[in-house]
Amino acid sequence: MTEPIDQYRRRFLGGLAKVAAAGGAVAAGGAAVVAGAASGGAAPAWGGSTLREMLGDFFQEQYQRMTPEEIQSALARIERKAKRKFGVDITCEDTPPIPGVVFGYALNISRCKGYRDCVEACVKENNLGRDSQVQYIRVLQMDNGTMNLESSEHYYDPAKVPVPGKFYMPVQCMQCDNPPCVKACPVQATWREPDGIVAIDYDWCIGCRYCMDACPYGARHFNWTEPKIPPAELNTHTNYLGNRPRPKGVVEKCHFCTQRTRKGQQPACQEACPTGARIFGNLMDPNSEIRYVLANKKVFRLKEDLGTEPKFWYFTD
Amino acid sequence: MFSFLRDGVRAMGHGGRAYWTWLAVLSALVLVGAYSYGLQLRDGLVVTGMSDQVSWGFYIANFAFLVGIAAGAVLLVIPAYVFHRQDVKGVVLLGEGLAVAAVIGAMLFVTVDLGHPERFWHLLPFIGRLNFPTSMLAWDVVVLTTYLGLNLAIPLYVHYCHYRGQEPVLKAYFPVVILSIFVAISIHTVTAFLFAANSARPFWHNALLGPRFIATAFASGPALIILVLQAIRRFTRYPVAQSVIDTLALIMTISLWISLFFVGAELFTDFYNEGAHAASMRYLYFGLHGMDALRPWIWTALAMNAVAVVVLSIHALRRRTLTLNIACVLTFIGIWIEKGMGLVVPGFIPTPLGEVFEYTPTLVELGVTLGIWALCAMIFTLLAKASIAIELGDVGAARRAQRVTA
Repeated sequence: MTEPIDQYRRRFLGGLAKVAAAGGAVAAGGAAVVAGAASGGAAPAWGGSTLREMLGDFFQEQYQRMTPEEIQSALARIERKAKRKFGVDITCEDTPPIPGVVFGYALNISRCKGYRDCVEACVKENNLGRDSQVQYIRVLQMDNGTMNLESSEHYYDPAKVPVPGKFYMPVQCMQCDNPPCVKACPVQATWREPDGIVAIDYDWCIGCRYCMDACPYGARHFNWTEPKIPPAELNTHTNYLGNRPRPKGVVEKCHFCTQRTRKGQQPACQEACPTGARIFGNLMDPNSEIRYVLANKKVFRLKEDLGTEPKFWYFTD
Repeated sequence: MFSFLRDGVRAMGHGGRAYWTWLAVLSALVLVGAYSYGLQLRDGLVVTGMSDQVSWGFYIANFAFLVGIAAGAVLLVIPAYVFHRQDVKGVVLLGEGLAVAAVIGAMLFVTVDLGHPERFWHLLPFIGRLNFPTSMLAWDVVVLTTYLGLNLAIPLYVHYCHYRGQEPVLKAYFPVVILSIFVAISIHTVTAFLFAANSARPFWHNALLGPRFIATAFASGPALIILVLQAIRRFTRYPVAQSVIDTLALIMTISLWISLFFVGAELFTDFYNEGAHAASMRYLYFGLHGMDALRPWIWTALAMNAVAVVVLSIHALRRRTLTLNIACVLTFIGIWIEKGMGLVVPGFIPTPLGEVFEYTPTLVELGVTLGIWALCAMIFTLLAKASIAIELGDVGAARRAQRVTA
């Protein structure tokens, strides 16, 4: 397959030229340096040399601005990178949103018993770093009679649940309709997809962590170190905006298992839940279970007063 | 123009033993910083004390403080150009040099905080995807870059004129000066808004944050400028009028009073009817769930600022060099704690999900920070050295011509 790295590079240099025209000779000098560095990488070699791969990574465009060919090339590079890092063949797809679908989640807190099976399933499904202990779902052990988060226990022992006098409230990315994290990002590395999922381009994120300041739900996590996953445990079915292996130094979060849900499957946490507390579905479908819950149960959303419009509801029996 | 730059750089290379010792010490510290940063690049930000809970720390604390120092230089620009104070005009170029060093330092603190610094080009307009005007961080990139440019351009023009033995045409660059005054205020306002924008963080989400940032900048900025001007007066032949220092001391006194008043206003609002939104403030001043790492620091800062404001308010003490200098040091450190760690870290504690998880900077963070501060000092020293040489007429087109004919 041909590599459209040259395309990236041309556009990058084209952009530089624009700036040079507007701003002066300094940028032009920079362009010359970049051009010099880039031409050094044009030498053909086995499967694309490491330098070529590096240049491909460096000049890669933001997901929303990539042409279909550029996306294919990026996906191929992701697969090769995973092979180099884990010694495992993975497939990485670009799974488009399904037209007419907006995902929503509802969680029955009278059923949730705090077993944390959802957390475990999520870690495996989404290739989360095992030693870095990044977890997209945080289950809070709450005191009966209060919704005060400050008195919640985050590190309870899941082997000893349910504890009398407590209830359990899992928190994950709410896929807000008005997401403060998206506004915060200085480089548009995160945005709301047509199906309502707030996505991140891990290859565009500069790792400033300003989105983590903005999120009222603690949903965003940073890779403080290289995420380590035993190769045998790697989920090889991945997609670009979802569970593909991430590098260190970027932010990630729950994406409603785009690699599954955009193919009509349920998210891993929903499938893993032993109590049936989790209802996931299409908000645009009036006959969906989630629409039934929203219409017939007393629901609430976390920190609704902040105006974030979460697409994640809690309800009780 | 070329000989101007060459002579300027050459002037940086002429100095006595003290000058070179100072530069050598700074270089050593910069190397410590570079080594520490190397460790961080290799292993990732895991080598810092930061976590998902407290995701910004010492770097951003120093960033916020340094932006204030940079903005503080405007307190020389306004009297010099708007009120035509000849005494202030004599040192305004040094103030602008200080602003340049501080802005570069602030930018470096953000850069070392990035997980992927090599992707910085994503921030460039046209080439990358700068999220302007939506993201406050994008605003900060724009105003800091503009401020840096203006504070390089103005002194460059004035020095160049002086170098050629001409008087700069005030009319030609006055509009740029006025622009730089507005940009100076906006760099610190935008930096305050960067924090205040987050409704998820009640500790920052507060209309007083912008005014507080400006007030503290106008206290810590003059504090540093007063100390630096005295050092220049002592180590060089450059004349620094005492009236400049008196003016700055007065501005600093008033600003410090205002900033202490703001602290009181915040404490009242949070604690009179204490709710969940006051949790971070309680953590900062009294500790929360038995954790209180910042408590001794913030009380120290408060005490330092209180002592300083009393010293500054007594005319006899403010006019005595020793007591003034003590007040300056106290203010500088007091504000550094208050607007640095005292502002950034409690915003994360407790987390939005109610977890109390503390933060302490690691040796790597301290090393990198030390390196950046040393680099700032070095940049200012070199700029000031060249500036003084040109302003005193030690280098100049006329002198160069003399040398050639001789």
